[in-house]
Amino acid sequence: MPDPRPPRTIIEFRNITKRFGPVTAVDDVSLSIVEGEFFALLGPSGCGKTTLLRMLAGFETPTSGQILIDGHDVTRVAPNKRPVNMVFQSYAVFPHLSVMRNIEYGLRMEGVAAGERRARAEDALALVQLEGFGDRMPDQLSGGQRQRVALARAIVKKPRVLLLDEPLSALDAKLREELRFEMSALQDRLGITFVMVTHDQDEALALATRCAVMNKGSLMQVATPADLYEFPASRLVADFIGSVNLFEGRVVEDAGDHAIIDLPELGARAWLARGTGASGTLQLWLALRPEKVELHKRGAAYGPPDMEGTPPGYNVVKGTIMDIAYLGSESVYDVRLDGGKRVRVIRPNLTRWDQEDFSWDEEVWLGWHAEGAHVLLT
Amino acid sequence: MREPPGLLDYARRWPLKLWMLLVGLFLYAPLLVLVAMSFNDSRRTTHWRGFTMDWYAKVFEDAELVQSLVNSLSIAAFSTAISLLLGTLAAIALWRFRFPGRMLVDGAFALPIVVPEICMGVAMLIFFARVMPWPAGLPWPLSLGPIVIAHVSFSFPFVAVVVRARLQSFDRAQEEAARDLGAGNWRALWDVVVPHIRPALLAGALLAFTLSLDDFVITFFTAGPDTVTFPVKVYSMVRFSVTPKVNAISTLLLAVTVLLTFLALRLQARAAAERLS
Ligand SMILES: Nc1ncnc2c1ncn2[C@@H]1O[C@H](COP(=O)(O)OP(=O)(O)OP(=O)(O)O)[C@@H](O)[C@H]1O
Ligand SMILES: [Mg+2]
Repeated sequence: MPDPRPPRTIIEFRNITKRFGPVTAVDDVSLSIVEGEFFALLGPSGCGKTTLLRMLAGFETPTSGQILIDGHDVTRVAPNKRPVNMVFQSYAVFPHLSVMRNIEYGLRMEGVAAGERRARAEDALALVQLEGFGDRMPDQLSGGQRQRVALARAIVKKPRVLLLDEPLSALDAKLREELRFEMSALQDRLGITFVMVTHDQDEALALATRCAVMNKGSLMQVATPADLYEFPASRLVADFIGSVNLFEGRVVEDAGDHAIIDLPELGARAWLARGTGASGTLQLWLALRPEKVELHKRGAAYGPPDMEGTPPGYNVVKGTIMDIAYLGSESVYDVRLDGGKRVRVIRPNLTRWDQEDFSWDEEVWLGWHAEGAHVLLT
Repeated sequence: MREPPGLLDYARRWPLKLWMLLVGLFLYAPLLVLVAMSFNDSRRTTHWRGFTMDWYAKVFEDAELVQSLVNSLSIAAFSTAISLLLGTLAAIALWRFRFPGRMLVDGAFALPIVVPEICMGVAMLIFFARVMPWPAGLPWPLSLGPIVIAHVSFSFPFVAVVVRARLQSFDRAQEEAARDLGAGNWRALWDVVVPHIRPALLAGALLAFTLSLDDFVITFFTAGPDTVTFPVKVYSMVRFSVTPKVNAISTLLLAVTVLLTFLALRLQARAAAERLS
C-alpha cells in the first residue's frame, strides 16, 4: 500500500559551513532530512558530525549557510526555542535531580502543570522500561539506565526531531546491541524523526533508514545503508563502510549488458553483469567485499571454477592462504595472490568443522559472481 | 594477635603518637588557656582562683564591646554576601567567556590575595580620605560602608578562586542539556551550574566570613570612631591590660567560628549522603 502522504522535508541544511578559527569543521554541506526518518551521520573521528548536529540543536552558529526546520529558518534561533531535543554523548543527566525530576525538567520549563507533567514523565519512563526508577538518583544507575533516562528526558518533550550524539558509544558491546533494537522500536512507535551521529558503521547500518557519510567536513554520500554498502560512490566510502578489496583496472569492453575489466594487479579479467558507464581506457577501481569472494580448492585435481553469470576464465584468480582468523560465526582468510596482492575473504562457518576445509599455506582459487563486484570511478 | 603496624599506620607507632600529641599541644594550648582563663574568678590572668561566669556577664554590660561585636558580625555578613555574588560571577565570567585581556583580568583578581595587608590598608585610607570621602554621620549600617567595601575587595578573590576551581570539573554538556530542554541562559545557570558549585559557594562564604571577622590591619585604617570592629576594640583594650573580659569575648568568638565551620561541614556531609542514599 503506498503511503498516502508524500514525504515531507523536515530539516534542511543549505550550504552550511562552520569554521573554528583556521579549522573548517563543516564544509559547504547541503542536506535534506525527511519526516519520520532515522537518519545517521557517519564518518571518521573529527570529520564534523558532532558540529553539524550541534548546529541543528543550536549550540553552534554556522559561519555561513542556513538551517531550516519545518520550513522555518532557525539558523540563529536559541537552543531552548527549537523543536528539537538532544541525547548527549555523555548523557548529561543532571546529577543533583532524581530520575523523575530529570525527566520532568523539560516539561517544567514549558510550564506544564504538575499533574500532566507527572503523567507524561511516567509514560516516558515506561517507554524506556524504567518503571519504578523515578526516585533513584543518577549515580545509582548503570550506564545503560542513564542512557535511557537521557532518552526519556528528551522524548518526553515530544520534539519534532530527536538528536542523538553517539548515544551508545559509552556502553559495552552486548548492551549496545540490545539498546540498538530498543531504539529502533522506539522510533517506530513514536514516529519522531531521529538524527544520530555515530562513528560505528554497524550501528548506522543497523538503525538508519538513510546515512550520510562525511569526511573532513564534506558530505561524501547520502544513501540507504544497503546502497552505501553495495553501491558506494567512492573508494573512501567503500573503505569506510565495512571492509573492501580494491583493485585498479581498465575498461576493455563496455556494453549495456556487460563489461570486461582488465585487472593488471591480479593478472586476471573481471566480467561484470552490467555496463560501467565509464568510457575508454579510463582508470577505475573494482571494489570487492570480502564475503563476496569464494574460495575454491586448487591443486592437480581442480581446474579453475566457473563463476556464475560469467563466461569461463573470468572472475577467477590464483592465491595462497596466508592466515586464517576464526571469529566464531565466520572465518576471515588472508590470501596472497600470485602477483603479491593481498585479498581478504570472509566465509560463514556453516558447519562446526567447516573452518577446517581450508588450511594455512593451501593454494586456492578465488572467484566472484558477475554481480559481486562494484566499479568505482574515484 | 596484633599485626605489626603497616607503613602508613602512623597512629600505631608510639614515637609518632607522641609527636602528634606535641604538635596538637603546640597548636591548641594557647587557645585552651584562653578558654580556661575566661572562666577564672580573678582579675589577674595568671592564677586560677575558681570557676565563674562573671566575665561573660561583664562582656554584655560593656555597651561599646557589644557594639563592636555587632559591627563585626554585620560587616562580615554584608561583605560575605557581596563577595559571594561578585566572586561567583567573576569566576563564571572567566570560565565561560573568552574576551581580550582575559588573562590580565584573571591575574588582577588574584592580586588582593598577595598584596600585603598593610599596603591595602593604607591604600584604603587614602582612597576614602581623598578620592571618595564617605559622608560622616550616616545612620548605622550605612556608616559601615567603607569597611564593607574594603573587606569585599580582599575576600571576593578568595571566593572567585574557590568557585573557579570547582567549575573546572563541570560538564558543559549539562548546561547545554538544560538549554536544550527549554531553559534560558540564566535559568540553566541557576538550575545546573549553581548546584554543581554549591560546595564551593559554602566554602567561599565561610572563608569570606572568617576573613572579614578577624581582619585587623585593613579595618584599622578604614574604621572611624563610631565604626569600631571587634578586633580593633580588643586591640585597644589590650593596650591597657589583658582583662578576663577579653578572654571571655574571644572564647565566644571562637565558639561562633567553630560552630559555623561545624555547620558547614555537616551541610556538606549531608548533601553527600543524600546523593548516595
Ligand atoms: N569548539 C571548537 N573549537 C575549535 N575546534 C573545534 C571545536 N569543536 C570542534 N572543533 C574541530 O572541528 C572538527 C570537527 O569536530 P567534530 O566534533 O564535529 O568531529 P566529530 O566528527 O564529531 O568527531 P568524533 O567522532 O571524534 O566525535 C575537529 O577538527 C575539531 O577539532
Ligand atoms: Mg563527535
